[in-house]
Parts: sequence; structure tokens; C-alpha cells
Amino acid sequence: MPKRLLSSRWLPVLGLISLVVLLIACTPEHPQSTFEAAGPVAKSQLNLFWILFWMSLAIFIVVVGALLFTLFRFREKPGTALPFQTHGNRKLEIAWTVAPSLLLIALAVITVQTLFALDSPSQDDPLQVEVIAHQWWFEFYYPEYNVTTANEVNVPVGRDVAFKVDSRDVIHSFWVPKLRGKIDIIPNVTNNTWFSASEPGLYYGQCAEFCGIAHAFMKFRVVAQHEDEFLEWVAGQQAPARFATEGLASEGSLVFNTKGCITCHTVAGPDSAAMRDSRTASFLGGQNLVHAPNLAHFASRGSFAGSMFENTDENLAAWLRDPEGVKPGNRMARLADAFNNPDMALSESDIEALVAYLQSLQ
Amino acid sequence: MVAANELIGGVLAKRPVAPTGVVGWITTIDHKRIGILYGVTAFIFFILGGIEAFLMRIQLASADSSLVSPEVYNQMFTMHGTTMIFLVVMPMGAAFFNFVIPLMIGARDVAFPRLNAFSYWTFLFGAILLNISFLTGGAPNVGWFGYSPLTDNIYSGGSGVDYWILGLQVLGVSSLAAAFNFIVTIVNMRAPGMSMMKLPVFAWMTLIVSFLLVLAFPVLTVAITLLLFDRLFGTTFFDVSAGANPLIWQHFFWAFGHPEVYILILPAMGIVSEVLPVFSKKPLFGYTVVVFSGVLIGFMGWGVWSHHMFTVGLGPIANSAFALITMFIAVPTGIKIFNWIATMWGGSIKFSTPMLFAIGFITMFIIGGLSGVMHAVAPSDTQQSDTYFIVAHLHYVLFGGSIFGLFAGIYYWWPKITGKMMSELLGKVQFWLFFIGMNITFFPMHFLGMDGMPRRIVTYAGESGWEFWNAFSTAGVFLIGLSIVVFIHNVIYTARNGKKAGNDPWDARTLEWSISSPPPEYNFVEIPTVKDKDAFWDEKYSQGPDGRPIPKVQGAAEVAVKEKEHNIHMPTPSYYPVLLSVGITLIAGGLVSHLSVSIIGGILALFAVYSWAFEPATAPDAPASSEKEGAY
Repeated sequence: MPKRLLSSRWLPVLGLISLVVLLIACTPEHPQSTFEAAGPVAKSQLNLFWILFWMSLAIFIVVVGALLFTLFRFREKPGTALPFQTHGNRKLEIAWTVAPSLLLIALAVITVQTLFALDSPSQDDPLQVEVIAHQWWFEFYYPEYNVTTANEVNVPVGRDVAFKVDSRDVIHSFWVPKLRGKIDIIPNVTNNTWFSASEPGLYYGQCAEFCGIAHAFMKFRVVAQHEDEFLEWVAGQQAPARFATEGLASEGSLVFNTKGCITCHTVAGPDSAAMRDSRTASFLGGQNLVHAPNLAHFASRGSFAGSMFENTDENLAAWLRDPEGVKPGNRMARLADAFNNPDMALSESDIEALVAYLQSLQ
Repeated sequence: MVAANELIGGVLAKRPVAPTGVVGWITTIDHKRIGILYGVTAFIFFILGGIEAFLMRIQLASADSSLVSPEVYNQMFTMHGTTMIFLVVMPMGAAFFNFVIPLMIGARDVAFPRLNAFSYWTFLFGAILLNISFLTGGAPNVGWFGYSPLTDNIYSGGSGVDYWILGLQVLGVSSLAAAFNFIVTIVNMRAPGMSMMKLPVFAWMTLIVSFLLVLAFPVLTVAITLLLFDRLFGTTFFDVSAGANPLIWQHFFWAFGHPEVYILILPAMGIVSEVLPVFSKKPLFGYTVVVFSGVLIGFMGWGVWSHHMFTVGLGPIANSAFALITMFIAVPTGIKIFNWIATMWGGSIKFSTPMLFAIGFITMFIIGGLSGVMHAVAPSDTQQSDTYFIVAHLHYVLFGGSIFGLFAGIYYWWPKITGKMMSELLGKVQFWLFFIGMNITFFPMHFLGMDGMPRRIVTYAGESGWEFWNAFSTAGVFLIGLSIVVFIHNVIYTARNGKKAGNDPWDARTLEWSISSPPPEYNFVEIPTVKDKDAFWDEKYSQGPDGRPIPKVQGAAEVAVKEKEHNIHMPTPSYYPVLLSVGITLIAGGLVSHLSVSIIGGILALFAVYSWAFEPATAPDAPASSEKEGAY
């Protein structure tokens, strides 16, 4: 069996596959592409993938090539005698048991090495972030800064970030494809993961474990910033909430308080430790209380509603007008008085005022 | 006691000694008729599961689509997975076990014919119970592996999850009864001379699958019983607020779920191991190795369940262990592939439709196997698990693998089952549509997964960059649908115009081809004596002086034709298997409707078991089989 014949026959296919893969890898509009690794962890996982890919492709070409050759060479031809009734060949069978085993041993070594290498952060003093997953949004808490935020997590470039993940209902999964593979977020099980971003930018994440009706709309973003910008952001989040005292925003503040928004959303500033503890206790006590994103610094975020929408006035108004219509299954549409009690329904002017108010919460 | 039984039985109806028509099918205990019932039912559910898949692909064809609501979409993927696994691939395998195994091993029926009928009816009613949820306010919507605590009452109100639990529970009863039956049949009812190492490979794979079922299904039974108690009676096995660790469910589920994967693929491997030698005119290369690699896969299948859980945070030590075992399961799998290719090497390969499907199986399974090894590498798998990459992988294994293997079996044994040859032209058209459609549908899912698209999402934003390959993938579904239309057309065409098959249209190697097509009720007039593997081939050919086979007699089909003058007493049909199945299903159904239904079901089941126990296998007034001609 001349090897050259095989490889030349498969060269166009090989080229095509590489082309397709490269096309996916190089197109800029792929916010969640694992091919565009933007941090050391994702890079190391991607390297492993490429090793596997080329190895698999080589095996595929050899085995399918052998198969096709056999089919062609031994196709039925008129007038040929019945074939010899060969029952086996021990040497051959030992060979094709040992060869894949050796390959797999090599693979096993790099697998175990990478598993241990990626287990804990490489830096001594990573930034700590707690991730609390809810149906269907992500809450983030920075214990060293006492900052609470939702849907977007800001991190400094080049510094390892250690995430402690926990859930307040069902199982979710924390996944930023460009920075690292998944870690599941499991109630009553505390999981840890870490990554770091090499370049500033927005990195898109999404819940990857089916978690109920709005699973498809449960996203978040990682905002990677230079250290000084990050600290500036932290200071902004730590500042007490602004109170709207005049104009449309102050009307919006009134709507926020009277139409029941305040029941689930905090606007007073970072959540206090006591508030956080009582939420945990009520969840573990089976009370299933719902709390919603802290909005104290809502206007500083680029997106809202499980990071499904860009934070613009139009999107926010559309969301307040018909949350079920734009994000089916969400809890606000089903639980909030404003959308279930006709007496509390939001009028167009209420919505306008609320948008003005929320956008004033820098 | 016998008198009492006759009294009770007599009240309902007289025992059907030689029923015809619908009653004949309902009371049948003939393994061949039961095999046909299994096959037809599984095919109907294949269409249903296909429609569910079609709805999902239509929804995903464009970004931000709202053709299908999230609630309906979630029901679709849950029911698609559950249906294809439990109501299509498993019973389609059971159809072949039923029809083929007794014929292959030279037996007149399975070991427990009435238990066999019971397995089928329980499967049918369990399947109906599962699907009735569509009509009673919503099918299950938690995914086919129903991760706790999403399945709790708090997060999944309504009765969809209850139907899922109870449907699976009833299906489990059916699978266990069938598995025990086939273990006993294969071990005890082989023709004289057919030692275990002369057993056809398909029978070997069936035996392994039966053992896996017996050992694996109870794990699921326990898990769903605990979950049912949580939902109906307020226990707290999976209740997070009572301190439960939801990972317990995952360990339970995958300790069942991974052996289940091999339950789904080994029958197809068995079929392919029968088809390749026949159409290459050579014996299977390395029979012993193929058998033992099947056994090894069965064993190792128990040690890899946590590779479904690489992202749950088990830590690097546990992940390493499961990654390594998973990788090394590729060795026995690879051996099979090499042996299949070696079987064809040096042969005289005829590209009939069953052979095309068998070759299609090998190529698709290579792709699914290689992406399986990729998933075994835990660190890079965390980027692929729960994405469309895994959806691609599992469809290359289950669609490209199991379904292709089963279609090879359908085309291969169709002449034996019906006595007529299917159209080769239509068969080949179906194969190519199926093969191309499957690759257009599932190959792009690898790209989508690597591009970060999670599975089980009802829609995606236009900015995600996923629209092109999703639309491409949906296009493939139309080819698959068209190929199924061609298949159905082929079935109808064959029923009307099919050529008579004769005993042995493929010049095959195993005993089922030595008798008429379709076989008589009693299968073999005289139980054959077996000298070696490929028992029927040895009857037809001897080794010539140059080492090549030469035919022993003119016209191989004549070899086994003998007079049908014997009086053979076969077991008599019975009402009790189907009654017991109804009873068991009512017990389960009552738990989601009204307890009185369960009580009625319980009484019915008790009555059926009691009467069954005292019913003689063969009724004294039953006619001998030679008096009735024709098969079904």
C-alpha cells in the first residue's frame, strides 16, 4: 500500500477541513469561540484540543483510507473464485492493540499534567470573586471590596481571578469560552475555578447547564480592564447609591418605590453582609425567596436582564413594557406586581420615568 | 388449583388456543411475531422522535427565532432524547434479539415465551404512558438525564416529570424481563454443538447487552423511585434545602447512563459483525478478539460514568482516573474496527444495501469514536461538554452508529422476516440520502460547539455567529426525512411487488438462513447439530484442494429443505402477559391521576400473575403446529 497515494488523495479534504476550521477561528464576530483563547488557561486547553484534532485527523485518514482501499481493491469482480476463509492473524491483532495503547498512554500523560496544572491559580494572590447563580442571571460579589454586581464581572488584566461558585436554586454552569472551560454551579456544593485575561476587552459567557425555561437567555460578560481602570470601577461601585432629587429621574424613583420594584431589587448600595447571610439561610431553609439584581449602580453596566440586552434607553423601555415578550420565562414577568396586578401596572410615563431613574444610577 | 385457575380464566375468556387476526397478535407468544411488534412500534416512535427533532431544527435554523416557545422546545429535546433511547434504539435492538436470536442459535422459541410477550406489552404501555403527558398538560421538560434539583416540585411543577419517572419505571420492568429472558435463552437453548465460542457474534453482543441491562437498569430504577418519593410524598433525597447533594443524582444517573450507551451500541456492532462477513464472503476476522473486546467494553463501561461529570468539580485526581479509563475504552473499540476492515480485506465485497449501511456504520463510528477520545481529555473537554460538540459526538455514535447498524439489520433480515426482497435501488437511494443528510446535519455541530454554542438553548442571538452552520445543519434534516420517506416507500413497494426471497438470498453463514422465509412457527423441523462457527456456511461449502471453499451441493437453498410432517407442540398463546402489562401500567398511571386507578391495576396484575402461574405452557387442547401452515 503506497503511502504517498493515500495522502495525496486526502490532501484536498485535509485542506478543506483546515480551511473550515480556520474560517471559524478567524472571523471576528464569534463572541464565544473557543478558538480565540484570550487567557493562559483557555490557551492551554486549546493547545490540547489542537493536539487531539491533528491526532484524530491523522488516525481518521489512515483508517478510513485503509477502509476505502479495501473496499476498492476487494470489490466483487465477475468470475473470481470464492475468497480464502481466513479466521484471523494473531500478530496483526496484537499490533493493532498495542499501537493505539501507546498513543493513548502519551495522551494520558499530557491530560493528567494539564489537569493538575490548571487546578489552582498560578499567582499567589488572586482576586477573589464569588459567583452566585440564580434562575436566570449571575450575581457577582467581591469580598475584598464589598462590591455586589450582576450580569457583568469586571476583572483586572493579567491578574488571576479565583471564582467561588454557588447556586441559589438549580444547577447552572459558569463558562467564558475565550477564558476557560466550564465549572458547574451546584447548590450545596462549593466549586472553585480561576482564569486570567491577557488583553482588555469584553468576554462573553453563558450558562451551559440546562436550568429551566429561560436557560438560553442566561448570559454574562467579563469586562477585563487595566488595573487602574479596574480600581476606578471598584471605587464607583463602592460609592453610596445616588438619590435622584429632581426631574424625570426623581419621578422614576417614586415609581420604583410604589410599583413594587423595590421588593426584589436593592438600590441602596452594596448588599450588607447580614442581607447576604439571611438570603443564604432562607434558601437553605427551603423558603425559595426570590431576590433580583442589585441596581445601585445599574447605569455603569453595559447590559441587563441576564446580559441579554445592551443597556440602552430603548432596550430598557422595551424590557419594562413587556418582559415576557422579550425574554420568555423570566421571573420578573411572572412574579412582579407591576406585571401581574392590574392596579400596579406600569403606564408609558411610568416606564419613561423608570428608564430615566435607572440610567441615573451611575 | 388448576381447576380454580380454569374457573377464573373461564370467566374472562377461553384460552386462545389457535387465535387469528388481532387477537392472534395480542395473545401471541411467538418470538418472531413479538419481534415484528417490537420493530413496528419502535419505527413509529422513530418517526415521532424524528418529528420532535425536526421541530427543534426548524426553530434553530435562524437566529432569534420564536417559532417554537421555550416551554415546547424544552419538552421537545427531553422527549426526543428519551424517545430515541428508550423507545427506538433499545426496542429496535429487542426486535432483532427476538426475531433473530432463537433462529440463529437453532432454538424453537425463547426460554420464556409468555414473559417475552409480557416484555413487549409492558414496553408498549410504558411508552404510551410516557407520551400521554403531551395530552395531560405538558410533557417532561428537564432533559433526558433530568438533573436534580431541577426535577423538584419547586422547579418543575405539573405532572410532566412524574410521567417521565413512571414511564421509565414501566419501561425498566420491560427491559429487565426481556434481558433475563435472553440471558437464559442464549445460555441454555443453543443447538447441540454450539459452544459459547461458536455462538454468532450478534448473539454474543445480545448476551452482553442483556447482562448490562440487568445490572444497570436497577440503578436508574432506584434513582427515579427516590425522586418519585420526593415529588409525591415529600421525602428529601434530592431536596437541596434539606441538605441534599445534587451530585448524588448525577452519579446514580450516569452509573446507569454510561452502561446504557453500550446497551445502545453493542447490538449494532453485533449486526455489523454478521453483515460484513456475509457480503465479503469471508468469516469474521479474529472472532475471539471481537467477542472479548465486546465483553471488555461491557466491563469497562462501568468505570467511566464520571466522564459525563468532568465539569462538576470532582477534582484533578478523580478526573484523571475517569479520563484514563475512558481513553482506554478506545482500545477494544478500535480493535473491533480493525477487525472489521480485516474481515473485508481479501474478500469479495458485494455492495448490497445492508453492506452499505454496515460500512456507513464503521465510518461514522470512527468519527464518533475519535470525538469520544477528545471528550475523554478532561481539560479540553470542559470547553466542549454541554455544547453542540457533544451533540455532534453523541449523534455520530447513536445515529451514525446505532441507527445505521439497525438499518443494516433491517435490510439484511427483511427477506427472512417477510419472505420478500426489498428493492436494492430504493435501498441504495435511502442509504445515500441518509448518509449525506446525517453528515450535513451533525458535522457542523462540531463547529458550533467549538464556537461556544451551548446545547439545549431554544434560540440564540444574531451576533453569536452561529446562524450559518445552524441553517446548514437544518438543511440536512430534510435529506434525512426524505430518506425515511424512501424507506417507507420501499417497504410498501416490497409488500406489493417484492421478489420472493427463498431461504438464503445472501448466501449467508448462520442458521436462520437454513430455514424457509418467513420461518414456520416452530422454526426448525429438526434442531440442527452445529460443528463450528458459521454453521450454515459449513453445510453449504467444503474446503477445496486450493484452500478456497467449494459448494457441496447444487443450489445452497436446498440444503435444509425437509419434510414438515412432524407433530411439534409449541407453547399456546395466552391473555395473561398483556393483562399483567395493563395492570402494571395502571399502577403507575394511578400515581399521576387517581390512586383508585392504581388499586384497580394492582388487582388486575395480581389476578394476571396468579392465573399465569397456574396456566400450563401448552394447552391440552392445542393443535400441533404442523396442522397450521404459514407464518404469522
